[in-house]
Amino acid sequence: MNTATTHFQDALQRSQQRKQLYLGLALLTVALLAPFVAYPVFLMKLLCFALFACAFNLLLGYVGLLSFGHAAFLGTGGYITGWLLTRYSSLTPELGILGGTLAATLLGLLFGVLAIRRQGIYFAMITLALAQLTFFIYLQAPFTGGENGLHGVPRGQLFGLLDLKNDLAMYYFVLAVFLFGYLLIQRTVNSPFGQILRAIRENEPRALSLGYNVNAYKLLAFVISAGLAGLAGATKTVVFQFASLTDAHWHMSGEVILMTLLGGVGTLLGPVLGSSLVVWLHHALGGSVLGSWMSVILGSIFVLCVLLFRAGIVGYLQKFVQRNLR
Amino acid sequence: MSNVILETRGLTKEFNGFTAVDSVDLQVQQGHIHALIGPNGAGKSTVFNLLTHFLPATRGEVLYQGQVIAKLPPNRIARLGLVRSFQISAVFGQMSVLENVRVALQHQLGTSFHFWKSASSLNHLNQQAMQLLESVDLQDFAMRKTVELPYGRKRALELATTLALEPTVMLLDEPTQGMGHEDVERVVGLIRKAAVGRTVLMVEHNLHVVSSLCDRITVLARGSVLAEGDYATVSANPLVREAYMGKEAEHV
Repeated sequence: MNTATTHFQDALQRSQQRKQLYLGLALLTVALLAPFVAYPVFLMKLLCFALFACAFNLLLGYVGLLSFGHAAFLGTGGYITGWLLTRYSSLTPELGILGGTLAATLLGLLFGVLAIRRQGIYFAMITLALAQLTFFIYLQAPFTGGENGLHGVPRGQLFGLLDLKNDLAMYYFVLAVFLFGYLLIQRTVNSPFGQILRAIRENEPRALSLGYNVNAYKLLAFVISAGLAGLAGATKTVVFQFASLTDAHWHMSGEVILMTLLGGVGTLLGPVLGSSLVVWLHHALGGSVLGSWMSVILGSIFVLCVLLFRAGIVGYLQKFVQRNLR
Repeated sequence: MSNVILETRGLTKEFNGFTAVDSVDLQVQQGHIHALIGPNGAGKSTVFNLLTHFLPATRGEVLYQGQVIAKLPPNRIARLGLVRSFQISAVFGQMSVLENVRVALQHQLGTSFHFWKSASSLNHLNQQAMQLLESVDLQDFAMRKTVELPYGRKRALELATTLALEPTVMLLDEPTQGMGHEDVERVVGLIRKAAVGRTVLMVEHNLHVVSSLCDRITVLARGSVLAEGDYATVSANPLVREAYMGKEAEHV
C-alpha cells in the first residue's frame, strides 16, 4: 500500500513534469525565434516587465502578501545600474546589473524588516509608504536627473566581449536574464522552502504552531522578490539606456498588480502573459486617439478581472485543462 | 504533586480592562490526559493561546519542564515539544494529505530555507509521513487534496500532523467539536492511542469524552479556576454543578 501510493505519486509527478517540459521547450523556441518576427526592443520590454510581474507574483501568489511598493525595487535596480554604468565607464553591463540588483535586494531587506510583521492592508500600506519615500529620494537626489531621468547609460560589452549595441545580442542577453529569474522562481516555489510558503499561505497560525518562524520565511520570499524586481529594472535600464521616475512611481506598483491578476495570480506563466498584454495595450493604443483613455481602459480591465476573472487567464486555462483532459 | 511537566503561576490576561484569564494556577502532570472544561467564555482557549505564546500574558508565568517559556516565540515553544492544535480544524487545504504531514516532518532535514533545492528532496520523508497517516487510518487518502476530506478526517489529519513533531505535551483545542457520534468515538480512540507516553492537555465540551478519557479535570469559570480533580470529584462539586453542569447535568 505504502510504496504503491508513493510510486503512483512519483508517476503522476513525472508525467506532469514531462508536460511542463514540452510546454517550456515550445515557449523557449518561440522566444528564440521572436526577434526575427517582431521588433527586438519591444520584445525586450515585454521580457523585463514579465520578470517584474513574476517577481511580484512570487509574493502575492505564493505567500499571499500584497506589496504595494514594488515599483521601488524596479526603480532602484534601474537607477543604481544606470548610475554605476555612467559613472564608472570601465564597468561591464553585467556588473552594473549585478550592482543594481544587489541594491534592490538590500532595499527589499530593509522594507521587509519594517513591514513583514504586519498583515493584509497594513502590510500593503507600509510598503506603499516606503516606496513613496524612495520615489521622493529619487526625485530629489542629484544623481538621478530628477524629472528628466538618467540618460546616456551605455549598453557596453557583455563580459567585455559581446557588443550589446547590437539589438539581437542584447535581446538574447535579456532572454537569458529573464529565464534565470523565471527558473529561480519556479524552483523557489517547488522547493522545501516553497512548501513552507504554501503552508503559510494556507494557514499561517498552523505553520507557526508547527514550529516555523513564519516571519523569517516571509522575509526571505520578500527579499527574493525584491531582488528579482530589481534585476528586471536593471536590465530594462541597460536596454533603453535610460532610467526614469516612471519605474519608481506608485502607478507602476499598481500596474504590476493588474498584470499579475490579469494573467493569473499564483500561476507561473500568468504574470508573463498578463504583463505582455498590458505592455502590448500601451504600445498599441499609445499612438492612437485612445492613448489618452489608457488609464480608463486599464482601470476597466482591472475591475472586470476582480469581479469576473479572479483566477486570471492562465488560471482559467489551467482549470479548463484539468476539467477536460483528466 | 510530583512530575509536573506544565505549570502556570498566576497567569492573567486582560483585554482593555476585561479580565479573560484571572490568575490561573494550573499544574499538568506528566503522562496525564488533563481536561480543561468550563462554560463558553470561561477563557479556555485564551489559556491555550497564553501557554503557547500566541498571545502575550498580562501577568504570570508559564513553566514547561521547569523552564520559564513566556518570553519565547510560538515557533520555539513548538520546537521544545509543546505543540498545540486549534479549535477550528487547522489543515493546509490546497496541499495533499501526505504533504500536510510532510510539512511538519520537514524540520528534520534542516533544508526549510533552501529555495534552490528541489522539492523532490522531500520524498525521503514520504515513508515516515505514510506511517503517521496509517496511525490515524488515513493512508488511503494520502494523495487526496485536503479540502476534500470530511470534517472528522481533517481532525484526524491534524492529529497526525501534530504527532509528526513528536510532541512531549499536546494541547488539543476541542478535538471532537462539531462531530457526529461515530467520528467522536474514532477521535477519542486516536487520542487515547496518541497519548501513550505523552502528556495531553485538552479543551473539551463533550463530558462523555472527558469522563472516559481524562485523568484530571480543571474547571474554569469567568477566567479563574473553579475546581480541580478527577471526574467524580469535579462532577460532585456543587459550585461546578451550578456554574457549568447545571444544564448539562440532565444529559450526563
